[in-house]
Amino acid sequence: MIDFELSQKVQAQKDLIRSLAEGAMRPISREFDEREHEKPWDFLKMMWDVSRGQSMTGENSREDPEAAKKSGPRENTLTAAITIEELSWGDAGLYLTIPNPGLGGAAVSAAGTPEQKKRFLTPFESGEPKWAAMAITEPHCGSDSAALQTTAVRDGDDWVLNGTKIFCTSGQMAAEKSDGFVVVWATVDKEAGRAGIKSFVVPAHTDGMSVIKVENKLGIRASDTAMLVFEDCHIPADNVLGSAEVAKSTEGFKGAMATFDATRPLVAASALGIGQASLDLAREELEKRGRPIRYGISDASLTAMESDFIDAESDLHAARLLTWRAAWMMDRGQRNNLEASMAKAKAGLAVTLATQKAIELMGPLGYSRKMLLEKWMRDAKINDIFEGTQQINMLIVARRILGYSSKELS
Amino acid sequence: MFDLELTEEQQLVRDTVASFAQNEIRPIARDSDESGTIPQGVIDQGFELGLIHSALPEAQGGYGEERSAVTGAIVAEELAWGDASIAMHLLAPRLVAYPVADGGTKGQREQVLPRFTKGFHAATAAVVEPRFDFDTSRFETAAKRENGSYVLNGHKCFVPLAEDSDLILVLAQEGETQAGFLVERGAAGLTVLEREKNMGFKPLSTNEITLENVKVSADARLGGDDGFDVARMVNLGRVGLAGLAVGLARGAFDFACEYAKERTAFGVPIAQKQAIAFILADMAIEVDASRLLTWEAAAKLDKGQDASREAYRAKRYAANAALKIADNAVQVLGGHGYVRDFPVELWFRNARGFASFDGTTIV
Ligand SMILES: Cc1cc2nc3c(=O)[nH]c(=O)nc-3n(C[C@H](O)[C@H](O)[C@H](O)COP(=O)(O)OP(=O)(O)OC[C@H]3O[C@@H](n4cnc5c(N)ncnc54)[C@H](O)[C@@H]3O)c2cc1C
Repeated sequence: MIDFELSQKVQAQKDLIRSLAEGAMRPISREFDEREHEKPWDFLKMMWDVSRGQSMTGENSREDPEAAKKSGPRENTLTAAITIEELSWGDAGLYLTIPNPGLGGAAVSAAGTPEQKKRFLTPFESGEPKWAAMAITEPHCGSDSAALQTTAVRDGDDWVLNGTKIFCTSGQMAAEKSDGFVVVWATVDKEAGRAGIKSFVVPAHTDGMSVIKVENKLGIRASDTAMLVFEDCHIPADNVLGSAEVAKSTEGFKGAMATFDATRPLVAASALGIGQASLDLAREELEKRGRPIRYGISDASLTAMESDFIDAESDLHAARLLTWRAAWMMDRGQRNNLEASMAKAKAGLAVTLATQKAIELMGPLGYSRKMLLEKWMRDAKINDIFEGTQQINMLIVARRILGYSSKELS
Repeated sequence: MFDLELTEEQQLVRDTVASFAQNEIRPIARDSDESGTIPQGVIDQGFELGLIHSALPEAQGGYGEERSAVTGAIVAEELAWGDASIAMHLLAPRLVAYPVADGGTKGQREQVLPRFTKGFHAATAAVVEPRFDFDTSRFETAAKRENGSYVLNGHKCFVPLAEDSDLILVLAQEGETQAGFLVERGAAGLTVLEREKNMGFKPLSTNEITLENVKVSADARLGGDDGFDVARMVNLGRVGLAGLAVGLARGAFDFACEYAKERTAFGVPIAQKQAIAFILADMAIEVDASRLLTWEAAAKLDKGQDASREAYRAKRYAANAALKIADNAVQVLGGHGYVRDFPVELWFRNARGFASFDGTTIV
């Protein structure tokens, strides 16, 4: 039955994370924007203690799956989306650097065998904080991931990786500063195009993998974005994600792409948090100055400010409902490729515009670093770039609604 | 718990209304727009589907089915996919029937509702007033209590089916409260002015009406002394209008997609050009976004909760999206979109209307 009210369980989680965001993230938000490349270790250790075992997409490996089933229908992805929105309401850069399996873990969950999931994800339940990362983008190709050049060659019981990866979120933490791993996309056969692309798990500290640069960025500065070089980097044969046959079929690429169906709604959710933070603050300030936003009156009576605010808020909320839908479908095991891209495209743009509008509405204050609005505008923009740019997500939506292949519409 | 699954009943309603819209409404939409009339056969068929009386109480001759704003939004969307004017016409009797069923006294229900159960029966509500800053939070049409009866004065516009209606629910300001009055067509001082000529919604007959010292008995006050929930009526109205806007927009989107896959330019279907493909993708996203906002407001109203913010947002958003989508549909067809051989210009004209309507309870 159509219902937009969150279950008690999800609502309780939302409230909990909101208070964590207020109490533990906001107070250090500005500091770790300015101290780029430093880590808020107290916060990270605290988050590791409370959320260890939790995957980005909301699975908790410490939880008994049978017991979870009994506690009602699956709402893992929806819960994850709501958690991520609230964490990003606190601070999106800090959220991105919380120790967890992250995108790398999502790839393992989407494409790995049960044995691989166990082997790679169990260490995230205990011990010291760990990170995992996903390395697809290369210096000469980002959107066109099928053009990647990193190679994987079979050598006896090993795969040997060679190539350069850039813009890898938490790459440094995953590769060098914890006992995590990096999922690396590489081709086993350049002639084969997409079919030749597989994903490989490279454990931290593996010889031949090195971080040669950590980027200086416009926003989300608390999160490290690394350039990784692989030089004759040997990993065990069974670190290619998926079954042994995967190495021979196109399933590898498809599996890797399927990761995005799970993660795009979550990037969208992060966008929503930043946008909501900006609008909440702008509304509060306007109210303080005796200019509350009025709803329900005629268009002719609305001020331009109110009209702009309501539009930005409505766009953001529309993006939220699209995001929840994509997550809800994921939870029901339905294919959500179209819906995930719809949510990501809408949310990426909505947050980009909402954060800019909030600054505009605050006049000179909005531009000042005394407020967080300017930071949020810088943070927001990444959501329209990573995990598929605005244009790439629009392309996917267009292909799906028109029934075109990527050859027919590129 | 967050859920987007329609009930089986809702799916059935949706499918039934969708095939009616496709087979009966769409084929006559253009002629109706040109002639400003709707064939009686279609109006009767619409009635036979139970659009009006299925959710009226059995005691008054209805089927007593459960009323749901979500179902209402679905019905509005499907009908408007066929044609928004015809949808409005078919649903117009609800403007009186639903508020009476919801908030009328026993006497009012018994007196009014049976009229709607035997065949299509025109009745309407007068909400909108002809001024640019009209909104439903305060009416200029005034009701004054005098010696146990009420005297109404004011000016209303966009009153659908006013010419043929025997009963008009007039919303008016009674001091600080808002109230509704059931005014019989023959009441002295009530004048139905000539049919309005609008940019779109041409098949839908609408009129301005004036009320000059129209005297009605105390029994005519909807809900008696307790009154009825005007705000809820307005919110339901906004959800209904949003549903219509979604249907219109989806119709324009579907048409533009099909056209863009057929039409070739520079050797390929225009849909294979990103400049067109991205417009279509944007349409798809905005149709879904509008529908979700509409359902959100509707679901909240179905729970009996206040959904003023949600209903306002849904209507504003869906109306804007429908206009942009219809505009883009014209663009996708190019010059062919501008001529009346194709339906998209009609949808573009109709879409502009949603910003001007308010408070019409059709769900
Ligand atoms: C902070 C940050 C973190 C990141 N994290 C990761 C990560 O963890 N792992 C990882 O692998 N990558 C990551 N990325 C990389 C990110 O996913 C890419 O930057 C993104 O996919 C775009 O690729 P590109 O930068 O090469 O741009 P390009 O692909 O060169 O695109 C440039 C422009 O062209 C447009 N464009 C490209 N192709 C088309 C087309 N077919 N039609 C229309 N327009 C098109 C794009 O939309 C864009 O506007 C991260 C990037 C940043 C900045």
